[in-house]
Amino acid sequence: MTLTRRTIPGFAALFSLPLAWVLLLMVVPYAIMISVGFWTRQFPLFYPDFQFGNYAQILADPQYTTVILRTLKIAACVTVCALLLGYPLAYFLVFTVRSQKLRNLLYMSVIVPLWVSYLLRAYTWKIILGTDGALNSLLVSTGLVSAPLDIFLYNQTAMVVTLVYIFVPFMVMPLFTVLDNIPRRLIEASEDLGVGPFMTFWKVIFPLSLGGVIAGATMTFCLSFGDFVAPVLVGGPDGTMVANLLQTQFGAALNWPLGSALATLVLALVLILLQLSSRLDRAGRVDLA
Amino acid sequence: MTSSPIVALDGVQKRYGAFVALHETDLAIAEGEFVTLLGPSGCGKTTTLRLVGGFEEASAGRIAIAGEDVTERPPYRRPVNTVFQDYALFPHMSVAENIGYGLTVRSGRIGRAERDRRVADALSMVGLDGMAERRPGALSGGQRQRVAMARAIVRRPRVLLLDEPLSALDVKLREGMQVELKRLHRELGITFLMVTHDQTEALALSDRIVVMNQGRIAQIGSPTELYDHPASPYVADFIGAANLLDAQALGGGAFRLAGGQTMASRRADAAAGRKVSLGIRPERLLVASSAGGNALDCTVTERLFHGDRLRVELALDGATRPLFAEMARTAAAEGFAPGSRVTVHADPADVMVFETGDRP
Ligand SMILES: Nc1ncnc2c1ncn2[C@@H]1O[C@H](COP(=O)(O)OP(=O)(O)O)[C@@H](O)[C@H]1O
Ligand SMILES: [Mg+2]
Repeated sequence: MTLTRRTIPGFAALFSLPLAWVLLLMVVPYAIMISVGFWTRQFPLFYPDFQFGNYAQILADPQYTTVILRTLKIAACVTVCALLLGYPLAYFLVFTVRSQKLRNLLYMSVIVPLWVSYLLRAYTWKIILGTDGALNSLLVSTGLVSAPLDIFLYNQTAMVVTLVYIFVPFMVMPLFTVLDNIPRRLIEASEDLGVGPFMTFWKVIFPLSLGGVIAGATMTFCLSFGDFVAPVLVGGPDGTMVANLLQTQFGAALNWPLGSALATLVLALVLILLQLSSRLDRAGRVDLA
Repeated sequence: MTSSPIVALDGVQKRYGAFVALHETDLAIAEGEFVTLLGPSGCGKTTTLRLVGGFEEASAGRIAIAGEDVTERPPYRRPVNTVFQDYALFPHMSVAENIGYGLTVRSGRIGRAERDRRVADALSMVGLDGMAERRPGALSGGQRQRVAMARAIVRRPRVLLLDEPLSALDVKLREGMQVELKRLHRELGITFLMVTHDQTEALALSDRIVVMNQGRIAQIGSPTELYDHPASPYVADFIGAANLLDAQALGGGAFRLAGGQTMASRRADAAAGRKVSLGIRPERLLVASSAGGNALDCTVTERLFHGDRLRVELALDGATRPLFAEMARTAAAEGFAPGSRVTVHADPADVMVFETGDRP
């Protein structure tokens, strides 16, 4: 006789526990958030309702659409910069550093900042870029400029720089993993067939690392899309991002229905992005065995 | 060799730190030869092949291919191609793309039509017509092997390097592929340098075999030379098999074994008193129930059935290592049950003599 899952009573109990967890702490809050998005507000109270006024307001008011577009733009910039920085770094770690010990050490030094407080890491850039900051001291002391400049801080470039610094490990990690998993034999085979290192990179290494590029880009993009600290610390007056708007709606503006609608939109955007990235990943997936 | 060699190793050595994977080695391979590097695992065969391919840098010595010194040249500037042990097919390319890969980049002068034709030719040469669009992941082991072959020969290298090309295949497939390798070698007319640890494979395919042992060449020769005239007990036992008996020369072609019995050899002599190893191939040991010339007294300890042949394990009086004899399954041979006393004869012409130690 075979034991079916049904015949083991503990089995169901064991696996319903995480299910209850997901239900209670994820599905229910999301359901609440989505439904509150349809409520109406009569300051200072909200009433249950089913109407699309909040969404209409978001899409009609350029204040919101501008911020959403700006957030998309900044997240895209951060992703591209992190890729341009992270890929060469991961490549260097995997293919150039010969000693396993040194490689692990360097890799850890990329990852370790993740253990340092996120706020602290963002704050670092305020210190570096400020008028009395490290960058200005350097420029003044080398005589490149006569007086400290205030152009470095409180703008979108400063936000991109800060966010790239904070999130670049999330780009390097998947890239390091995929590059490290490419069999060295394939690179040797390419060179054996008369193909030099440069074309070997474009025809063998890069295509086989696309999975890591997609994973890293998705993570970096989603994380910077939802960021609200960099705008506050190093962003200027035109630095507000979606997450700051959300914060305002739920806080100072006390407009939960509008905030919920906005959050639902953001959630939808991120879900679409994740879906896209997993499609891309599946299309390009190859069996390395 | 009459013409200059296509591959020449001159004092080539390879060290990994303090470990010497290949001791100073000279080797010359003639154009069109099928040469096999043969030896047990870890003896430096792959290292030698990788040195020729350019994947390892020689620690000392020079390597020349087709008359040009390539010691410092990277793999992509050497006129050789490799069939890797695990095939190393590009998983993100189709079979046709894999085979055409080596024709796309540096051979930019080749037109698209010409490239397609050569890929198609290579595919049919290895019997893979109709598989062009498959991904390597959708192929069997034998088919992958053929793609790897096609990819390497499509560039018409001067030398084809093969690292244990058949070791990943099952026995039946391996025998078929041996025949095909031989056919490809004949049809292409290029030099093959193959690595294997399988002596039957080496004997069946090679014009010459390079027997290796612990990072050194033990002997180079044609299969028959190595089989008939091994230079050392190691080669005698590795090519075919050999019973090795410790003995002391008595002079005049006579030798006294450790147990006190004597043997004669007509193949070689050694100064009286010298320590030697006598080698007798199992198929040259004749087992009989009665005494004869040049015979040894033994007891049968085991009898193993090998299809049409029998293999008998014998305990030689006064010796520690067992002897093996192989014979056809005759009625007499069937009678050698374990425990029976027999004598084994060897023609003095079949007794190989290897000097081992110094004079006592
Ligand atoms: N990259 C390496 N680093 C250190 N030792 C190596 C390296 N490659 C091979 N060796 C050693 O060199 C010896 C010969 O290896 P190899 O040529 O692969 O033997 P085989 O005859 O089995 O092909 C082995 O003992 C192996 O451990
Ligand atoms: Mg090997």
